[in-house]
Amino acid sequence: MNKLQLITKGLIKENPTFVLLLGMCPTLGTTTSAINGMSMGLATMFVLIMSNIVVSLVKNVIPAKVRIPSFIVIIASFVTVVQLVMQAYVPDLYNTLGVFIPLIVVNCIILGRAEAFASKHGPFASMLDGLGIGLGFTCSLTLLGIVREMLGAGSVFGAKFLPAGTDGILIFVLAPGAFIALGYLLVLFNKFTARLR
Amino acid sequence: MEYFVIIISAIFVNNIVLAQFLGICPFLGVSNKVSTSMGMGMAVTFVMTIASLVAYVLQYGVLVPLGIEYMQTIVFILVIAALVQMVEIVLKKVSPALYQALGIFLPLITTNCAVLGVAILLVQKEFNLAQSVVFSAATALGFTLALVLFAGLREKLELTDVPKAFKGVPIALIVAGILAMAFMGFSGLV
Repeated sequence: MNKLQLITKGLIKENPTFVLLLGMCPTLGTTTSAINGMSMGLATMFVLIMSNIVVSLVKNVIPAKVRIPSFIVIIASFVTVVQLVMQAYVPDLYNTLGVFIPLIVVNCIILGRAEAFASKHGPFASMLDGLGIGLGFTCSLTLLGIVREMLGAGSVFGAKFLPAGTDGILIFVLAPGAFIALGYLLVLFNKFTARLR
Repeated sequence: MEYFVIIISAIFVNNIVLAQFLGICPFLGVSNKVSTSMGMGMAVTFVMTIASLVAYVLQYGVLVPLGIEYMQTIVFILVIAALVQMVEIVLKKVSPALYQALGIFLPLITTNCAVLGVAILLVQKEFNLAQSVVFSAATALGFTLALVLFAGLREKLELTDVPKAFKGVPIALIVAGILAMAFMGFSGLV
């Protein structure tokens, strides 16, 4: 697999959200607006890239038996870094995303990539893999965020396009809307990729 | 009364799956049959209650006195992972029957974000020890309730004729959305 494929495979072919259906909790929980979804995606991408690099660097030092706990410690350390940085520089965003920032540590995408890719490849390829999958995750979260924000609040990235005095369909910002919007997006994605194949 | 409010709120109003989006993976993954979802729910209830008890003791017995609250994420996830392993070993020895019933679900629980989520939430909400235990047990019951209800719906869904693009997860998500809407009806309770 060449380097470009490593980066682009996460967008459609191995999209973590729409194809592999991993990391569903943050996908549903943080996409109340486009900006929230994108921030969550970027935070996850940072942890994914860094943990992939570190895991591939230490893969020969760690005994196979304790590799999963070791991976978890590496991931948790980077999650703590993200937590502290976000708390310091974007406290509002940190409070909005709430419990989902520490929960990046149990996002199965990250442990999955550490186990399936980074523990078998070199640091550079692992970084590209993290970048690719991270981009795919960020794009899906942003897309779902845009759809929910458009339908629910009538705005895109905070810029309202509905005339003043009118509201969106509030349910799409609330919990049920997350499930329904993601369900219909999956249907569209299935339709679209079925035609590609 | 205070405990009653915590219980009702954790089971119905702020249902962990349908309102807070934690534990979606088992919610979508092990909800094909009512019987397996019952097993999963029981295993989660068991682990979640013990895990939050341990998390509470660690937070206020170790992390706060030492002033290293920022280590919370690392400590909690390791303790939960170790705890699940321990529960598995102890259950195998002490109660083979229970192990038979819950065994296959236990490894899945380590990566269940609901368990870590509840541990973090009870620190955030500044509950005391008794409140924490009640809160986590009630939350786990809410998880079981959502899982079993959803499994019942999916058993029926298997038999219905759905358009091809909707088959599997998409229709399940839409049904979950409707279930979440039903749970919104509880929001006036507390």
